[in-house]
Amino acid sequence: MTAKFSESGAKTTRRAALVGASALALSVGRAGAQTPTPKKGGTLTFMQNSEPQTLVALTTVATPALTVSAKVTEGLLEYDYDIKPRPQLATEWSISPDGKTYTFKLRPNVKFHDGKPFTSADVAYSIQLLKTVHPRGRNTFANVTEVKTPDPLTAIIELSKPAPYLIKALTAAEAPMMPRHIYEGTDPLANPNGNAPIGTGPYKFKEWVRGSHIIYERNPDYWDAPKPYIDRMVCKFLPDPGARSIAFENGSADIGYRTPVALSDLERLKKIPTLRFETKGTSYSYNVSTLQFNLDSQFFKELKVRQAVAHAIDRELLIKTVVYGYGTVCYSPIAPGLKEFHDPTPSPYKLDLKKAEALLDEAGFPRGANKVRFKVPLDYNPIGDESRRAGEFMRAALGRIGIAVEIRAADPSAFVKRVYTDREFDFTYNGHSNLFDPTVGVQRLYWSKNFKKGVPFSNGSHYDNPKVDALLEGAAVENDPVKRKQMFIDFQRIIAEEVPDIPLYSPLYLTIHNVRVHDHSLTADGVEANMAAVWLDA
Amino acid sequence: MRMGRRIAATLKRTAIHALPTVLGIIVLDFLLLQLMPGDAADVIASESGVATAETMAALRQRFGLDQPVLTQLVNFLSHLAQFDLGFSPRYNMSVLDMIMTRLPGTVLLMVTALSLALVLGIVVGSVMAAWAGRWPDRALSVVVLLFYSMPGFWVGLMAIVLFSVKLGWLPSDGSMTVGASLTGWAFVADRAKHLILPALALASFFIAVYARLVRASMLEVQRQDFMRTAQAKGLHPFFIQLRHALRNALIPVTTVAGMHLGNLLGGAVVVETLFGWPGMGRLALEAVLARDFSVLLGVLLLSSLLVIIANVLIDLLHAWLDPRIGAA
Repeated sequence: MTAKFSESGAKTTRRAALVGASALALSVGRAGAQTPTPKKGGTLTFMQNSEPQTLVALTTVATPALTVSAKVTEGLLEYDYDIKPRPQLATEWSISPDGKTYTFKLRPNVKFHDGKPFTSADVAYSIQLLKTVHPRGRNTFANVTEVKTPDPLTAIIELSKPAPYLIKALTAAEAPMMPRHIYEGTDPLANPNGNAPIGTGPYKFKEWVRGSHIIYERNPDYWDAPKPYIDRMVCKFLPDPGARSIAFENGSADIGYRTPVALSDLERLKKIPTLRFETKGTSYSYNVSTLQFNLDSQFFKELKVRQAVAHAIDRELLIKTVVYGYGTVCYSPIAPGLKEFHDPTPSPYKLDLKKAEALLDEAGFPRGANKVRFKVPLDYNPIGDESRRAGEFMRAALGRIGIAVEIRAADPSAFVKRVYTDREFDFTYNGHSNLFDPTVGVQRLYWSKNFKKGVPFSNGSHYDNPKVDALLEGAAVENDPVKRKQMFIDFQRIIAEEVPDIPLYSPLYLTIHNVRVHDHSLTADGVEANMAAVWLDA
Repeated sequence: MRMGRRIAATLKRTAIHALPTVLGIIVLDFLLLQLMPGDAADVIASESGVATAETMAALRQRFGLDQPVLTQLVNFLSHLAQFDLGFSPRYNMSVLDMIMTRLPGTVLLMVTALSLALVLGIVVGSVMAAWAGRWPDRALSVVVLLFYSMPGFWVGLMAIVLFSVKLGWLPSDGSMTVGASLTGWAFVADRAKHLILPALALASFFIAVYARLVRASMLEVQRQDFMRTAQAKGLHPFFIQLRHALRNALIPVTTVAGMHLGNLLGGAVVVETLFGWPGMGRLALEAVLARDFSVLLGVLLLSSLLVIIANVLIDLLHAWLDPRIGAA
């Protein structure tokens, strides 16, 4: 069967989303002040935690770069909340029955900001570029053998093996379509386009004052007229979480995403009448926070010890205390948000301290002096503001079964080196993004061939199970969605039994925005997308 | 000109001291930085949450981290000898350009904070000394003690809550209204409005230090013989305090202020982070976290030069305040 999609279907969805948004506004009782017709003009201030290193997500997938990239540089597709593709620079696409040929019809009359036309040559060049320099593109596009360009508005991607996740990887931020005429013959890492990008997007780059802000101006020649509606977008960087709360409070910031403030501030901010909190637009990248064991550790190489730890953890309590309720219980390495693949079966190791104690006794770790069985350091990934609290939670939870946890702090670089290069750790509190597909986001953590010293966020547990390897490798090239799903379910069952790590919860991220900002999170990647549709009350 | 000779002598002495100092700072910093766990490639990977063996190798090659440590140091020094601070692969920009975009912000913030601290500190200290033991002294002592014991970032946060959130008088972040393209008086007023809170947060501790210092040294000067002589001459008490007491009491204050410049740079890291101020302190912090050593070494080098220049100025100021100093 050949799957065909066209633009008309997408338009309905977009309208449906609009209706949904205004229905939501109605239920809050503020509909009187709002009209569904977008207004023109205004400046949107987009608050960010940290400054990007580059403004195009070509050679990096660090969050600050992903956040700004799509405003200028677009992708072939965008996605609805359930990661179903919709047109962006491609208007139609089809996948051959064997899953090895992808044909894209490109949008006609699209121009880069410097006036050059966007054609299939740019697509072919970009895919090759992504395959060589993009941190994830090397894997995502690994099976690409050739990109054919029979005419300027047709691009055909040929694969050596099916890649069922590929059709979900084509957002602007994940697979940006670069201007070939600017990149050809240059070092892509050093290309000045990274500091002053040119693309097809709704906003033109104007200036970047390092340490302070970036200004984007409305692109009057945008292909999706009358969008964009706003005149200007200012991206400001404010590294202090307390100061960001205040910026939302006093109106100097209009929007920020992935919960841009300290979780402890949310209750206060929710009482402020000018602020709104949006949970949509975060489905392109679900995270799972885990307690990850080093299977080479003298303690955690024992299955019984890992089972005991699993028996001692109350996930609900953890979510309530550590992340103030902003999380969903998760027993699987695949986040509940990825409904297609997630296995909701609870962990076979329920909260049961007596059983945990019995298992530790059996494993040969009886309670000794001071009723302590053994002392063990816990490292935590400091990238999230809840990590330290999560460490403290673990110390308390495991203290009850006689495991004395010592929390060891480090900055991100030191943490990554300790865990993935030096491997001098016993267990960690860590988080991983599932991304849009388990083959891209989850496989790397459990596949024995991805146990690579010195490579961050690889198989840090050193988990090695040939059955799991076979399932993951099979799912990566399985064209039949039903079979593929079953493979991932089987995989999740094995992980749940063998506990190489303990998945805890999937964080719930909020986009905080001023009430005057509308239509900012209409796609799976929310404000990380091009934000062409955003508009402001006067 | 005696003054001219003394300025020349001070400059010469400083130049002789400065070169080995700067070189020592650089080499020491470079070696200390090698002790930090993790490198620039680890940081980029941890920010991305994803990596492959190929991207890690490519990153290390690009940052020059695949070279032996000694080669890296020699490379850095040989570039420096040609007044080249190097290139930051992380930001795809020359280090000098990066620092130069940040330097004016930091210098503005530091000079304002130091001036504010000196002026307020001297005024408050003089008032306290003049009314020593009576109620103005007691009341100000409490305020000064508060400023002395509260960390600058907390003063900053509270000032934001009061002036920015509750009263809405002053902006809470940034160094200017972005994209407003103001000119003339409006531009200056806008910059000044953004400057007040961070400068106050940075200065608060030093206001307290200078106030206490001025009070103590003025009380000490009061007991000197020449003060009695001045009174006996029938001078107005105000001029006695200003010309005789304060001028002499200023020597310890200026000495300490010169040394505080380094502390101010350290404090700037916190205050710049809190206020989103685009300065060098934040750049230094970001460079440490990013393990972007070429940037960090550049910042440290320029900071040490800044401190050295400030100390020269203080030396010259001393020479003017007290002709006996610097004659040796």
